[in-house]
Amino acid sequence: MMVLEKRAAPSRWWSIGAPLLALGMAVVLGALLFAVLGHAPSRALYVYFVEPLTSAWSLEELAVKATPLMLIGAGLALAYRANVWNIGAEGQLIMGAIAGSAIPILLPGWNDALAMLAMLLLGAAGGAAYAAIPAWLKNRFNTNEILTSLMLVYVAGLFLDWLVRGPWRDPMGFNFPKSVAFDGWHVLPTLTGRVHLGFVLALLAVLILWVIVHHMRAGLAVRVQGIAPRAARFGGFSAPSITLGVMLFSGALAGLAGIGEVAGAIGHLQPSISPGYGFAAIIVAVLGRLSPIGVVFAAFLLALTYLGGEAAQLALNMPAKVAQAFQGLLLFLILAAEVLVHYRIRWRGRAHGAARARQGGGA
Amino acid sequence: MGETAAEQQPLLEVRGISRVFGTLLANDDVSLAVQAGEIHALLGENGAGKSTLVKIIYGALRPDAGEIRLEGKRVQLQSPAQARKAGIGMVFQHFSLFEPLSVAENIALALDGAHDMAALKQRIGEVSAQYGLPLDADAMVADLSVGERQRVEIVRCLLAEPRIIILDEPTSVLTPQEAQALFATLRQLAAEGRGIIYITHRLEEVRELCERATIMRHGRVVAEIAPADHSAREIARLMVGSEVHDVSAPPMAETGAPVLHVRDLTLPAPGPFAVALYEISLDVRAGEVVGIAGVAGNGQRELFAALSGERLAQNRGAVFIAGHDVSLKDINARRKLGAAFVPEERLGHACVGGMTLLENLLLTRHAVDASVVRRGMIDHAAARVATQRVIDEYDVRNAVPERLAAALSGGNLQKFIMGRALDRRPALLVVNQPTWGVDAGAAALIRQQLIDLARDGAGVLVISQDLDEIFEVADRIAVISRGELSAPRPAAELSREEVGLLMAGAHEARHGTVHAAQT
Repeated sequence: MMVLEKRAAPSRWWSIGAPLLALGMAVVLGALLFAVLGHAPSRALYVYFVEPLTSAWSLEELAVKATPLMLIGAGLALAYRANVWNIGAEGQLIMGAIAGSAIPILLPGWNDALAMLAMLLLGAAGGAAYAAIPAWLKNRFNTNEILTSLMLVYVAGLFLDWLVRGPWRDPMGFNFPKSVAFDGWHVLPTLTGRVHLGFVLALLAVLILWVIVHHMRAGLAVRVQGIAPRAARFGGFSAPSITLGVMLFSGALAGLAGIGEVAGAIGHLQPSISPGYGFAAIIVAVLGRLSPIGVVFAAFLLALTYLGGEAAQLALNMPAKVAQAFQGLLLFLILAAEVLVHYRIRWRGRAHGAARARQGGGA
Repeated sequence: MGETAAEQQPLLEVRGISRVFGTLLANDDVSLAVQAGEIHALLGENGAGKSTLVKIIYGALRPDAGEIRLEGKRVQLQSPAQARKAGIGMVFQHFSLFEPLSVAENIALALDGAHDMAALKQRIGEVSAQYGLPLDADAMVADLSVGERQRVEIVRCLLAEPRIIILDEPTSVLTPQEAQALFATLRQLAAEGRGIIYITHRLEEVRELCERATIMRHGRVVAEIAPADHSAREIARLMVGSEVHDVSAPPMAETGAPVLHVRDLTLPAPGPFAVALYEISLDVRAGEVVGIAGVAGNGQRELFAALSGERLAQNRGAVFIAGHDVSLKDINARRKLGAAFVPEERLGHACVGGMTLLENLLLTRHAVDASVVRRGMIDHAAARVATQRVIDEYDVRNAVPERLAAALSGGNLQKFIMGRALDRRPALLVVNQPTWGVDAGAAALIRQQLIDLARDGAGVLVISQDLDEIFEVADRIAVISRGELSAPRPAAELSREEVGLLMAGAHEARHGTVHAAQT
């Protein structure tokens, strides 16, 4: 009989091992999935996970896709450490993109370095302001931020849709639902190939996360609040300020990712600007165990699932949803493997196991 | 052991019990015999293995080795239900009652099989009358005092007609008067030929009540004695394994100005099962220890939160620290005025178990000590030095600054928490249950620290449900009962009986009238 025994302290080994185990099992189950879809698992796995790493072009593309994931993941990692579950990064990304795009669309004449800086700042501000709504609702009415932030995603999506089909549609755009194309300083400078300035900002965000978590009072407050709210009050940390703070931080980074996408990878506003980066970044934060370095690795891995999904569509004619199915599988297995960090598995004889089970209930 | 030809067959005999948890030998070849009609004390410090032993006797744990005999017959107890059927009952230290249900409903829930409520109520009435345990079967548990709740547990246990009754620290939440009533009940039960195993750490009680005592240390039985033949001090030495130092309280010098001044502090209850504070007034002067006695759950937590600033007063002019009105100031503003606080719960309140000692030091220092946190940035090197200093100076064993707080034993962690407060040389220390669940050696050390701090010129307020502790450390004593505080009086003028009456609510101004009006 299998018994889960609580560990005295979380296992250090499994805190790294658990995500790797989850990843391994996801690959095995992924192979099974490919087999069921009628493809040789070895070939499919190669196309999915290895081929994208074999050419310079696809490596650049990997960095492009990892950029928003890293930005958003870093923000969510801080929020989740405070036990504030911001699920609405996708909506904050969209609002950041809209706010930042206001400059090239409404003030096309202002085209210098300062305009680009203003776009980035507006992007961050837009995402932060949008994240402030669920934070305020939680602090004021004790609403559940998971529900409110998630529902606001759809509001943001519809708002963007209305903008690019209506007031912000490019008059010269042959009636396509898109804004004017950004140019000059309205487009983020690129480092190499399609990799743009956003990638540097993402690395910077991870660095800032590390400084906050390990070297700042604010990080201490966030962690104490997440683990032991009563101790946080004893320490004099204010729960509403922490909730608002981490929502603003994660919202700002999601907004930055949004303006990075439209001013970097895409170059204009359109109805769909993200293949679910805001949701995939939840997996990035959790897979990275809310640690800065973990977020970097997890962002590249999730970027790979996007690339692999595209490659599998092209080379193997697999449905586009395979990438999402694989991401879901991964999140599910990470959460399951998390048990091993806090519990150890024991195999026991029947009688012994039964006695232990009763110990919990009887004592 | 303990079985001579002269004695009859023991009612309960435990032989050679061993039980291992991971690498810890919780019970090592433990033997114990209880005769019919005997009240048998089981003594030992926290972690000595008492709970493991009684859980094994009660069928909640299985031993790795050894056997249990009832009247000479070997039994295999697989579960508490089986133990109850065999005639073993247990009254737990922590009650397992549902507050929104009535007494009868709570008891019905614990009985095996179907039952008729009317008949059950009648049985409850009979048992409670027979053993002097007055109880209203229809009362809602939420409305009962702690002593009454314990009666529910005892009646529930007695309804199963046990021949062996195990009581785990039953008096830790009772007033002296309530404890005396409980002793009368226990004597009556023993006189009927039942055997009683009585776990406690109050040695005077053992000497008064128990014919024999088994003393455990580190999972082993170290002695079996007749408590009446030994002094409390000798018994304590057997429990601890070394000399326990008496706490010495030099006479109080002139006390100075009040460092804590509370005037008519009234606060509504923060939750459905919490206590409202009513017109609390109190002064703590520099140089003295003021003790607040009271049965647990009478507003101690709420008072602590109001004094620490975890909960703010509703108006100005209620709480003053070092002459400043801090009624609406938060905990760190109060710390800046030289106050330090030690709450009751070590993990989750005073400390974060999953964080290191260093981080836990920062928890109370981050806003008041510029050497460890400057402009929002943590200076780890300075914090490590400060943490190491607390560990060294306050005898925190098996500790380094990077160790998780949860990895320390209760006594060691309490020493760290006290050290963290004392290291700042506070002008005012407010501490709630300073030695709750702490071993005797550490408890004596902590009590001495409280007295020394006061004699060095600080004001110390000790909230404790342990009357011995209050009398040991306090210069003046007040009693809290249902959110009201009696006027503090010099400890030398007070007897335990007077304090007991106050604990039962003799001073309450409000409840006699207001409560009657509400119901």
